[in-house]
Amino acid sequence: MIYVDHAATTPLKKEVLDKMMPYLTSEFGNPSSIYTSGRKAKIAINEARATLAGILGAKENEVFFTGSGSEADNWAIKGAAKMAKGKHLITSAIEHHAVLHTFDSLRKEGYEVTYLPVDADGLVSPQDLEKAIRPDTGLVSIMAANNEIGVIQPICELALISKEHKVPFHTDAVQAFGNMPVNVDDWGVDMLSISAHKIGGPKGVGALYIRRGTRVANFIHGGAQEFGRRASTENVAGIVGFAHAAKLADEHLDENIQKLTQLRDYYIKKVKETIPYCRLNGHPTKRLPGNANFSFEFIEGESLLLMLDMKGIEASSGSACTSGSLDPSHVLLAIGLAHEIAHGSLRISFGVENTIEQVDIIVRELAQIVQRLRDMSPLYEKVARKQV
Amino acid sequence: MLYSEKVMDHFSNPRNVGELEDANAVGEVGNAKCGDIMKMYMKIEDDIIKDIRFKTFGCGAAVATSSMATELVKGKTIQEALKVTNKAVVEALEGLPSVKVHCSVLAEEAIKATIADYYKRQGIDPAPIVGHTADCDNCQCHHG
Repeated sequence: MIYVDHAATTPLKKEVLDKMMPYLTSEFGNPSSIYTSGRKAKIAINEARATLAGILGAKENEVFFTGSGSEADNWAIKGAAKMAKGKHLITSAIEHHAVLHTFDSLRKEGYEVTYLPVDADGLVSPQDLEKAIRPDTGLVSIMAANNEIGVIQPICELALISKEHKVPFHTDAVQAFGNMPVNVDDWGVDMLSISAHKIGGPKGVGALYIRRGTRVANFIHGGAQEFGRRASTENVAGIVGFAHAAKLADEHLDENIQKLTQLRDYYIKKVKETIPYCRLNGHPTKRLPGNANFSFEFIEGESLLLMLDMKGIEASSGSACTSGSLDPSHVLLAIGLAHEIAHGSLRISFGVENTIEQVDIIVRELAQIVQRLRDMSPLYEKVARKQV
Repeated sequence: MLYSEKVMDHFSNPRNVGELEDANAVGEVGNAKCGDIMKMYMKIEDDIIKDIRFKTFGCGAAVATSSMATELVKGKTIQEALKVTNKAVVEALEGLPSVKVHCSVLAEEAIKATIADYYKRQGIDPAPIVGHTADCDNCQCHHG
């Protein structure tokens, strides 16, 4: 099996599991308990928090563990909106659904939301943000790197504009974290969401960074966990695993970026050489090192995924059919793709365990599958006739 | 979302796929915008569907329903073919996920559109025989 869907989730690293195991077995104490096993668990959480804070350039009391990246997004957006003086919020058209649907829910509660457009490469314009900010703007949330097309936004510039207008700035860095340098002070962000399972950690744990002084309502009411701001008995093993995965990703960041970029660029080059009527979606270089998103004309993405799966290749698509709606990906539509082109997209997201040999296999199988589906497609008939 | 084995079988080995050179009826339904187009070719003699082919742009369910629809009407009379409903296609495929049921509707419409084309070529108004044939008017697309 060739797994190239690391933007969806990543395999749990063996070293990470090893670090987690004691907290799933012998060290099962509740971190809120004062006896030995509880204290050990509490210490483990404190160490994990310190590790993550160190990597992010944050203070320990600014890092809050959550149940997922989506939860971190929900907390940041709903929490900041609740405390905001105005009822106007700003986000982008290409956010993850964890952000977009959270804003949708706020609209129903009477907030007004501006969705910043993106250009054909998928980039948000800082000028657009500048123009969109109003005296009653209570929050700006723009993702660091896109999950579908991998495009990396100019977060420093965007956050600076927000800061100049004294509007809190949140970024969903779930895809960015572990794949590029992420530092809350370098970026100048007030809130930042991250997730463990995208970087070789376990599922079911994320974190929200909240800069000291940022007004955000508490999220889950109950016990005193997470400095009294997000109650719930901690997912000790998950938190320990998250921190260790983050540590490994941070230590190997440069070499990982180099390797992933090499795989990505080789794949992009080979696809362009091998398969006609394709287009790369998203900026060619301002993108995550492991992300390549292509649209193949005249075919549909779910069929493509199913056929790749039959060949043992696991990837993702922006087609409607994989999401259960008839509309294709909002991200691909936002960069200006026609519906029928957006339906035929394929996202490959590489991980460090992938190899150049695997890329060769993927491109070979992909070329055959695309041709097979085109031969079956009434949209391709006219093109095929022209070629004859 | 899980596909039945039958759906996967018809998706991975679609029956009657391709074009039919001596077709005397061709129908096309669906819309590229929605991500589904089915084109059906029939050779009809003495009111019997002697041969049939299809081409489909669409998801796994769209390919499988097209394939099954061609199997259900091949060798049948026009009257029998017109009685094939989307429900019959779904049943023959041992079920479809609810979000994919529209694909089976498209398959039923493809049969009707192709037969309508046959009548048109004979100079016969198909409406009283085939009924209304949709050209994606029934499509549940949300595009604006």
